[in-house]
Amino acid sequence: MSTLRILVPVKRVIDYAVKPRVNKAQTAVEIAGVKHSMNPFDELSVEESVRLREKHTNKTVEDILALSIGPPKAADTLRTAMAMGCDRSIHVEVPEKDDMLEPLQVAKILKEVVEKEKSNLVILGKQSIDDDSSQTGQMLAGLLGWGQACGASEVLLEGDSLKVTREVDGGTEVVKGKLPMIVTTDLRLNEPRYASLPNIMKAKKKKLEKMKLEDFQVRAENRLKTLKVTEPPPRQGGGKVSDVDGLISKLKELGAL
Amino acid sequence: MQSLSRTTLRAVVRSNAARTVHCSKTIPARVLQSRGSLLNATSPTSRAFTTQSARCYAASKEVKFTADNYPNVQRDPRFSKLTREDVDHFKSILSSQSSIVDAQDDASELEGFNTDWVRKYRGQSQLVLKPKSAEEVSKILKYCNDRNLAVVPQGGNTGLVGGSVPVFDEIVISLSAMNSIRSFDEVSGVLVCDAGVILESADSYLRERNHIFPLDLGAKGSCHVGGNVATNAGGLRLLRYGSLHGTVLGVEAVLPDGTILHDLQTLRKNNTGFDLKQIFIGSEGTVGIITGISILCPRRSNAVNTAYFGLTSFDHVKRAFTKAKKDLGEILSAFELMDGLTQDLFHKTTGKPYPLSDRYPFHVLIETSGSNGEHDSAKLEAFLEEVMGEEIVADGTVAQDETQAQTLWRWREGLPEACAHWGGTYKYDVSIPLNDFYTLIEDCRKRFDEAGLVGGTEDDSKPVIGVVGWGHMGDSNLHLNVPVRWYDKKVEGLLEPWVYEWIEKRKGSISAEHGLGFAKREFVQYSRDETALEIMRRVKRTFDPKGIMNPYKYIPMD
Repeated sequence: MSTLRILVPVKRVIDYAVKPRVNKAQTAVEIAGVKHSMNPFDELSVEESVRLREKHTNKTVEDILALSIGPPKAADTLRTAMAMGCDRSIHVEVPEKDDMLEPLQVAKILKEVVEKEKSNLVILGKQSIDDDSSQTGQMLAGLLGWGQACGASEVLLEGDSLKVTREVDGGTEVVKGKLPMIVTTDLRLNEPRYASLPNIMKAKKKKLEKMKLEDFQVRAENRLKTLKVTEPPPRQGGGKVSDVDGLISKLKELGAL
Repeated sequence: MQSLSRTTLRAVVRSNAARTVHCSKTIPARVLQSRGSLLNATSPTSRAFTTQSARCYAASKEVKFTADNYPNVQRDPRFSKLTREDVDHFKSILSSQSSIVDAQDDASELEGFNTDWVRKYRGQSQLVLKPKSAEEVSKILKYCNDRNLAVVPQGGNTGLVGGSVPVFDEIVISLSAMNSIRSFDEVSGVLVCDAGVILESADSYLRERNHIFPLDLGAKGSCHVGGNVATNAGGLRLLRYGSLHGTVLGVEAVLPDGTILHDLQTLRKNNTGFDLKQIFIGSEGTVGIITGISILCPRRSNAVNTAYFGLTSFDHVKRAFTKAKKDLGEILSAFELMDGLTQDLFHKTTGKPYPLSDRYPFHVLIETSGSNGEHDSAKLEAFLEEVMGEEIVADGTVAQDETQAQTLWRWREGLPEACAHWGGTYKYDVSIPLNDFYTLIEDCRKRFDEAGLVGGTEDDSKPVIGVVGWGHMGDSNLHLNVPVRWYDKKVEGLLEPWVYEWIEKRKGSISAEHGLGFAKREFVQYSRDETALEIMRRVKRTFDPKGIMNPYKYIPMD
């Protein structure tokens, strides 16, 4: 049985329950004064790492490192990850601005961290709910030359391999791969815990290492430029029909029948 | 493993949306579950008690007629009986045919208006009117007053004391068709709207404009703001924003003789004569019908934090409350107490995992709202460190995101539904000085244990599930609830008048925020003396000399 050094990248995003608004200039989503929290898929990654530790003997999971690339407040997200059970964290601080790093740059930064920290398992959310790119995990696997199991709904550690259940169209697929490995999490993987008060207190004393983009070899230069952001058209209100015949003629009128 | 969790459900919605809608950047998924859509009458959030669910229950088990259940209450012979000519007259004065629900058209639709949310009271009204303006209300009332037809005004019908449903054959006047926002001033924060606006719709409207409605309660998805004012509803944030007697600035109301009182003041200060609106606030439809309100709305707080604690004794709860007032001060916006059994019932009926790993006899939910996130967090952290350090709270959690905050609130707001799960609930909403606050529940539990009526959630042969309590600790307001499998005279006999006598001895109030309605009319003397009651009767006679407004309720008239 190998020992695991898990890296869990987490992202600070606009809170899932908050409705985002496009700014007046239509260049981005308004972020000032809007509640932010951890990307829900990343919460699943944190929870799964902690569960792997709880499920196996003492030494199996040697280290759980949370990492976030983001503005100063991303530190709060890391504290949450640590309150849920991560051991320590790295905060790569970047200024808050409209343009986010693209997945490839993030993957390159993660690659450097993996090499430096000797991680042998990276658990990522399958996507972040703000840019919905769904690319970072796959790119990181490519850069590292590791195996990857994406969209996991169950993760089992068996010796030096991982058995991962994936939800695919029309059912599930079970795959097995040797460590080191990349896993991305899907919704049915687990139900994240509430951080308990004692753990929230303890998290304040856990190590949070600050880094800057300059500490990495990657150059932060986006390849894409956002031209325009618009809201979808508002939903049209429904109409009432008086009876079944009315419904059928309405459907015919709309070309649905 | 496969069960859908809170995040799961939401995220499934979102990720599917993200797949199907091709738009730029981050917007599509979230906008699809837009909060703006709450402005439609029914709410997608689970915080509401919808009248729909009440009707589903009704289909499964009939509620007995109030008239049969309470034979000592007699129909007042002074009131006329509804005739065909009356209905035709109403048809002639109302602008729309859909404003009239008549037994001849659709008897089943009347059921929802005749039965109350607690499923304890059921009237036999044959007519529901849904006027669209104060003028229509005026025409209706004038006619009813002339003809001696008794009426019951109805909002969202979410009341808990049987005040909003007929006792016999009173005509139901539903305000549901008067649901427009009339105006909102972003500088002063004054909202003017129709009485039939659903509380949650008003709140969503205000939230989009960076304000909130100064009242929040579990039934927000169904209840009307007019009904809230008419019953002087208290709710979850009274601690912070005060009672409606303070926040409501004016009302538009129709008196039984058809007079329309246009008193929609938008001024905070106005010392010019009697403050007439106060008569209507909390009058429960006995002096007139409120058709519009103006209300002062506070700014929405940028920073809201929610925490949930487990505590080992009521003494610890008191210490936590003192501490919260001291350390959190002006940002404290809710301090809610739930006893251990309530949380077990909620867990049992919803299947949701407990927020904390161990069970505790007491739970407290606190909320802070302020304008500066960092400032609030610093205060909250200092508070948490102290209550943990001094072992005032045994365990707890702080919501890390909005979804968690909403889920934690469910453990408080979902309790009425959880208690109603087995059939019904005996509900008492009382004010008690904090020293004796929880003793009522303990004493009551003892009474029921001794009588051998408690069967818990398993034993189907006994009527009572248990005796539970929760409440707005910050306002000394306790909800004593006895969830039952069926309403039973033996259970009622143990509770009444014992509860009221218990309250009277401790100088509490037998109705803190639910009002009197039908359920507490006979018991009001436990909290108010004869002089006060006589003056109330004079007020009632002045406004409603014929007594047609919501009869058989509120205060005994003779």
